[in-house]
Parts: sequence; C-alpha cells; structure tokens
Amino acid sequence: MDTPSSFQTDALIAEDIDAYLAAHQHKSLLRFITCGSVDDGKSTLIGRLLYDSKMIFEDQLAALESDSKRHGTQGQEIDFALLVDGLAAEREQGITIDVAYRFFTTEKRKFIVADTPGHEQYTRNMVTGASTADLAVILIDARKGVLQQTRRHSYLVHLLGIRHVVLAVNKMDLVGYDQAVFDGIVADYRAFADSIGIEAFTAIPISGFKGDNITTAPSANTPWYGGPALIEHLESVEVDAAAAQAAPLRMPVQWVNRPNLDFRGFAGQIASGVVRAGDAVRIVPSGKTSTVARIVSMSGDLDEAVAGQSVTLTLTDEVDCSRGDTIAAAGDPPQASDQFCATFVWMDEEALKPGRGYWLKLGTQMVTASVQPPKYEIDVNSLEHLAAKTLGLNAIGVAEFATDRPIVFEPYAASRPLGGFILIDKFTNATVAAGMIEFSLRRADNVHWQPTAITRDDHAGMKNQKARVLWFTGLSGSGKSTIANEVEKQLFVMNRHTFLLDGDNVRHGLNRDLGFTETDRIENIRRVGEVAKLMADAGLIVLTAFISPFRAERRMVREMLEPGEFIEIFVDTPLEVAEGRDVKGLYKKARSGQLKNFTGIDSPYEAPENPEIRVNTVDMTPEEAARFIIQQILPLK
Amino acid sequence: MRSLTHLERLEAESIHIIREVAAEAEKPVMLYSIGKDSAVMLHLAKKAFYPAPPPFPLLHVDTTWKFKDMYGLREKAARDAGMELLVYQNPEALARGINPFEHGPLHTDMWKTEGLKQALDLHGFDVAFGGARRDEEKSRAKERVFSFRTGSHGWDPKNQRPELWNLYNTRKRKGESIRVFPISNWTELDIWQYIMAENIEIVPLYFAAPRPTYEYEGGLFMADDLPRLEAAMGKAPEITMRSIRFRTLGCFPLTGAVESTAATLSDVVQEMLLTTTSERQGRVIDKDGGDASMEKKKQEGYF
Repeated sequence: MDTPSSFQTDALIAEDIDAYLAAHQHKSLLRFITCGSVDDGKSTLIGRLLYDSKMIFEDQLAALESDSKRHGTQGQEIDFALLVDGLAAEREQGITIDVAYRFFTTEKRKFIVADTPGHEQYTRNMVTGASTADLAVILIDARKGVLQQTRRHSYLVHLLGIRHVVLAVNKMDLVGYDQAVFDGIVADYRAFADSIGIEAFTAIPISGFKGDNITTAPSANTPWYGGPALIEHLESVEVDAAAAQAAPLRMPVQWVNRPNLDFRGFAGQIASGVVRAGDAVRIVPSGKTSTVARIVSMSGDLDEAVAGQSVTLTLTDEVDCSRGDTIAAAGDPPQASDQFCATFVWMDEEALKPGRGYWLKLGTQMVTASVQPPKYEIDVNSLEHLAAKTLGLNAIGVAEFATDRPIVFEPYAASRPLGGFILIDKFTNATVAAGMIEFSLRRADNVHWQPTAITRDDHAGMKNQKARVLWFTGLSGSGKSTIANEVEKQLFVMNRHTFLLDGDNVRHGLNRDLGFTETDRIENIRRVGEVAKLMADAGLIVLTAFISPFRAERRMVREMLEPGEFIEIFVDTPLEVAEGRDVKGLYKKARSGQLKNFTGIDSPYEAPENPEIRVNTVDMTPEEAARFIIQQILPLK
Repeated sequence: MRSLTHLERLEAESIHIIREVAAEAEKPVMLYSIGKDSAVMLHLAKKAFYPAPPPFPLLHVDTTWKFKDMYGLREKAARDAGMELLVYQNPEALARGINPFEHGPLHTDMWKTEGLKQALDLHGFDVAFGGARRDEEKSRAKERVFSFRTGSHGWDPKNQRPELWNLYNTRKRKGESIRVFPISNWTELDIWQYIMAENIEIVPLYFAAPRPTYEYEGGLFMADDLPRLEAAMGKAPEITMRSIRFRTLGCFPLTGAVESTAATLSDVVQEMLLTTTSERQGRVIDKDGGDASMEKKKQEGYF
C-alpha cells in the first residue's frame, strides 16, 4: 500500500512534531454521510479510508485479519467492512443496522463520517445521519447502475438540505474500469438529479476494494478520468460557513447564567450570523430590544463570535429573556407563528395520530403541537404524492402543524438550526418524527402582544367566581352525564355561572362531521377542549362529560388551560358495573359486533393516573358524588 | 468570514450538549474518572457556565485500585472547578476485598458496573455525563450522545432514540436515566491537541518517567503500591525501574504501561501518531469474553 501525499506523513511527525501540530491545529472539519444499497460497498469504502489514513492500528489489523477469516466475504483478503460493522447482531447478519460515526484525518482536514444503512426500512437512520452532514457520498454499484434505492437516498439527502453531493460509482474493477459504463450511470443520475432539484454533483469512478481513485487520481486503471480522487474532493469542498455567517444573527437561548445578582448571561449556540459587542439585538418572541454588552468567555471577553460557536452574551438592559427565546439582529428578527407547513419523516412504529398533542422541540423551544391530517405522503421511490390519512414508520409527508403558543422559526431551507424540529410522543417519550419547516401559515400578530382591554380575570371576577373546567372522564354508562348534571344543578343553586358540554349538544352540532375512529375521537376532544377554553376565558365554570378515553388528549386540554384550571374527575365505574347498567343498550350491540370501536370492548380506555378527583359510583349516589366534587373544588373564587 | 477549526466546532458542540443537560435534567452529575478525557470534559463544563461553576457535582466511582497520582489530581481538579466531589465505593466490594488478581472480571463488575449503578441510585441522579468517545471501540461508534438506560440501567442497542441536528430528546419516565457523552465526536488526537491548546492539567502518569515496573501475564505494569500488590498476588513481583508512561489510566494492576521517553505533550502526541497499536490495547477489559465484550458490558450497565 503506497501512502499518498494527502494523508498525514510520518516524516513530518517524526522530524518536527510542533510544526505538524501547528498545521493540524487549524484544520477544518467536514462531516459527511455515505449512503448506498446493501451491497454497494459502503462499509468497505469507509474501512478503506480509515486504513489509508492510518486510523487502523496493528492490533486492530490483526483482529481484522482473524475476523476476515471467520466472518469475511472477501475470501482470504482483508474484509474492510468488518472494521466498521460494530454491533455483534449486525456482524452475524452481515448488514449495518444503525448509524455509526467514524473519524479520520488527512493533512488538510478532519472528517466525521456517518455510516448509514441501505436497507429500505431504515430511512429513519439515514435521515438522522444526513441531518448533521455537510456532504453526501452516494454509492452506486457500477454493475447495477442507478437503482430505486439510489433515488430514495438522493431524495433524502436533498430533503435534509445537503448541498454537496458526490456520486461514487463503486466496484469499477468488476466492470473492467469501462468508461462507457461510468458515463452511462452519470447521465442516468444527472437526469434524475435535475428532476428533484439537486443542482450539482461530482461523479467519481472508484473501487473501494482495490483502492482506485480513492486518494490519488487518475488511477492507472482509469486513465480516461480527469477529475479529483475522492479524498482530494472531500478535502477541497467549501464548508458552508460563509452563508451561515452572512445571514442575520440568531441565537436560541439555552441557559440563563446567573451566578450572582451582578451577572446575567445568556448562553447558547449561534445559529446564524455574527455577533459583536455593541450590536443592537431584539429578543423574540417578546420583541424587546437591547444591546450586546459583552461576549464572555473563560479566556477573556471576545470581540466577536460567529455561527456555530457556543457563547455567553450579556446585554446592556435588564430585559426579560429566558430559555426558548431567540436573541436576533434588531433590524431583521425571525418570525414567530403558531401555524406552519412542514415536510416530516415518521420514525415510530406507532403511526401519526392527527390531532393528538405531541411535544415539538425546535432549537431550545419545547411546545405542544398537533398535526393536521397530511396533505399528502411522498412515495420516496416514485416521488409521487399519495393521498394519506396518517403516516407510518419511515413514511414522509407534508402537513400543517399548530402549536399551543407561537414559536420562533425560519424555513429549513434558510436555517437548519431554526427550521428543523423533532416530535416526541408524550406518553412513550419516543422521538417519533423529524420535520423541516417549509413556510409559516400566518404571521402571529401577537409578536407585539396587545392585550384585550377586558381580561379573562375581569370576566370571572364579575361573576364572582374562578373559571374552571371540570372534566368528567369514564366509561360509557359510568354516570358522567348524570353526575355532571347534578353538579351543575347544585352550582346553579349557589349562584355560579356554569355551562355543561356533553355528547348531545356537541355531537349533533359542532362535531357532527366526526365519527368514532381513533382520529375522529381525538379531534372531537380537541374541539371540546377549545370550546371549554373559550368558555373559561369568558369566566364560566365549564363541565364536560365525554368518555375521552386517551390520556394524551386529556393532557392536551389540560395544557391549553391555565395551571390549576383543569380539574380531571375520574368517574370510576368498573366495566362490569357499567355494562350491567347498559342504559342505552350500547354494550350489548358492541358485544355482538354491531358497534365498532366501543370503549372498553374493542377500543382501550386509559384511566387517569393522577386525577384531581375520583368518584366511586358503586358506593355513592349521584347526589352524594356531586356534593363530594363541589367540596373538593371549594372555594369557588 | 471566519472559518471555525475542527477543535472550535467540537468544543461548541460539546458545550451545547452540556448546557442542554443542565437546562433539561432534574438532577445531573458528571462522572469523573480522572483520565485525560474526563479532564477535557470537565474543562468544557467550566467553559460552558463561566463565570459560574458548573451546576452539577462530580462523581468518582472508585475501585480503591487507582494510581496514587490520580487520587491527588481528583481533589485538586474539583476544587479548582468550584464543584462538589462525590466519591463512591461499592460497600460490598470493599467488604469482600475484591481485587483484580483473585477476582478477575468480577473486579470490574462489582467496583465499576455495580458501583456506578449504586451511586446513581443512591443520589437519584437522572442524567450522568461520561467521557466516552466514539473512536475508542467499535460498539461505541453507534452509541448515541444521549444514551437511554432502563430503570435497571440496562442499554438496549435496538431501542435508542434517533438524534437529529443538535436536538436531543431528554424526556424519560421516572426511574429511567440517561448517560450523556459530550465528547462523543472527539478523537484521541483531538483530546491531546485540546489539552495542549487549553493548557489543561492532566495526571503526570501520561508523561514518561522512571517508574517501578513488573511484568504480569505478558503485560508491563507499574508497582504503584508494592505492599498491596504483594498481599494480593501472594508474593512480591520482581521490580525493574523503567521509563514508562500510560496511554489510558484505570486501575493500576489492569492498566498496561508502555516503555517511552515522551516527557512533554508534544512528545506524547508524536508518539501517539507514530504508534502502531490502539489506545485500548493496554486495557484488559476488552479482551475477556470475545469480540462483543464491550457491547455486552454496556448492556449490563457498564459505562
């Protein structure tokens, strides 16, 4: 193996280590991903890069040689793929099943490689690897040409906003280093790339196994090739620092640093732009303005800091600013809105539930968001738009999102840090989706908030009470409506202003377009929650009587309201008791199969874990239960 | 326009991760092993919160078998950072006198794996920083920055959350915990360069000096505590003075020394770059149990 000039030379290290280190100190970093189908030779290529850049030591090489004999697929030759297929389960199956990160360095640059799998079901992993990459190497097996997987990977690379694409036509040794094969593949790929909006790519004929055009080009086998070797190209690509620094300043505040009363610093990683002491800034979403006083660091104050750096700023004024806020250029702040359109990738076994509240994390902001039914799903193979009611694992779609309060963001195409977000399931805590914001659906008018003259407290105060939402939940036939009615009667006698929302006055009007599927049930509760919130804003004591079987939706309503306003009342009647009553004959129908999706029978009821109030209808009469509930919520103002 | 160097990018990423934990964890702690990676991680934590001290304590899970020089630096580093230092020794291992000679793999299991679990449970820490790097070992390359552990501290490689951009999902149920590795993306060379650039204090054992050594089962070790070695081994090992240093630091009877004359940081880096064996080669832990041993240890709760 000859050591090419671009890799670190032992000579300089041996002769003048300080000169070597001084040079090394100022290297830049390029993060890239490799993607390709199962047998395109990704792992072999990465193993080769590590080997050629001397990232493999003798003991590892010895282990590799013995491994190659045991698990290898390359006969008696060294199987470089074994270097990078880390987990035991994968080695047994001979495939890579997760994202692995590898590191190597040349004389010009340091590299972090995300090795991402080619299997169809692992879109999730590729998207993960691509999210932090500056460049993508798309591998093609020269014998097979552009495959559906190639198209899928290229689309994902483009979707995740990677601007530098390398088409590595691998296994050229197996097609006799034939230029016509290479040119044909490049032409095919160009047509496809144009169609999805990839503006430019660099095509390189290589053999990861034999080493052609990896470190120097052209290799003796491809005299017809006039471009750079793979490593040369990776070393010379411009990292997109200029664009990020040219954009206006945005720094999402991560942490407010307050060691004592005299110091108040705002810590965060600069998402875009440049900041200097004396710069005018605006805090969004509040809209307050101030001026940067200092850029504080342990080795002394800095004159300026740029996109990508983690810094601590102090301001000249005592303005309100906390985690989740963004410090931005005063004259060019980002937008804040509570509705936007985004492309998103579903990453969980459990499909999207439109209407359900998920945690949405964007930058340092965490809010509750609900997703509308997708406008369409994108078939990543044909790129066709398909009609969809939901998205399952590894599906990609476009939908409108609504958040419970305005968040600061930018389109993903303009800013990865302020345009990319994740969704988190509130019950399982799993990361279920990754999204890229396309555009805002409306500019929130409350960036400069104008409070209405009569507040919600004024409304409630005039009624001599505190607004509340008494949320009754329980099985069908548990006694929710009966008890809620009784509570309302007793409150009425006490001169309280109340309103009861139940199935009869909601299902026949506001929600008559909804059925009983899981998605419709979620939407039903969402609307009831919104109406209850409006009524609470008007100062009323609202009583609702709905089965509301899912914890997530009850929690969603709770989070819409002010702290303490939502009173969850669990009407705890065992299924056999409710079924025994069967006032409306519904259980009988459900048991006989005439009624589908019936809670307790073929649809789950998730009982409250910590309800504010629990009533036992087996031992209490409705009147007793109502008195018990009112005692629990006293005083009423 | 100013391009950030690789070290600046790595530093910014690590500081971001450390602050994210401080902002979102209920009760975080930084595991501090006194090695060079821990030294860099601690330095990054100091930078992340300057001028305040880092808002979490340091925890050393001790085996009683560390080098004396390590214990010396431990106290000083915590004091310099203005942080509380918690030291934990598994009482059962202490009572049974667990040592690397008589008890083999049980030594790591009881002192480190069990000790760590006990210490985290005792204090109720929900997030623990660790100084592991992805370039150290094959199964680490796939480890997340935020690694989720079950209520019993187990690690399930198939059930880890995807990590996109710089967004970390820190939500968990009661009893579950997270191990966070802020220097995941640093290589051994990055660590050394950063130590040089930032003038970070490390244990002197990383630099070559004449030290008392003995050979044991094909490896070269330092007799850091001869009477104790004698008691544990049954007889005193044959001691030779050699100029040695260490590439990693752990328990002295388990940490192989290399013969070296590299006495300065530049020399050490030079030797590292020209060396032909990997960093973990001197550690006994990877070898027992075949090539999937580290993965298996992690599933059991080892860091």
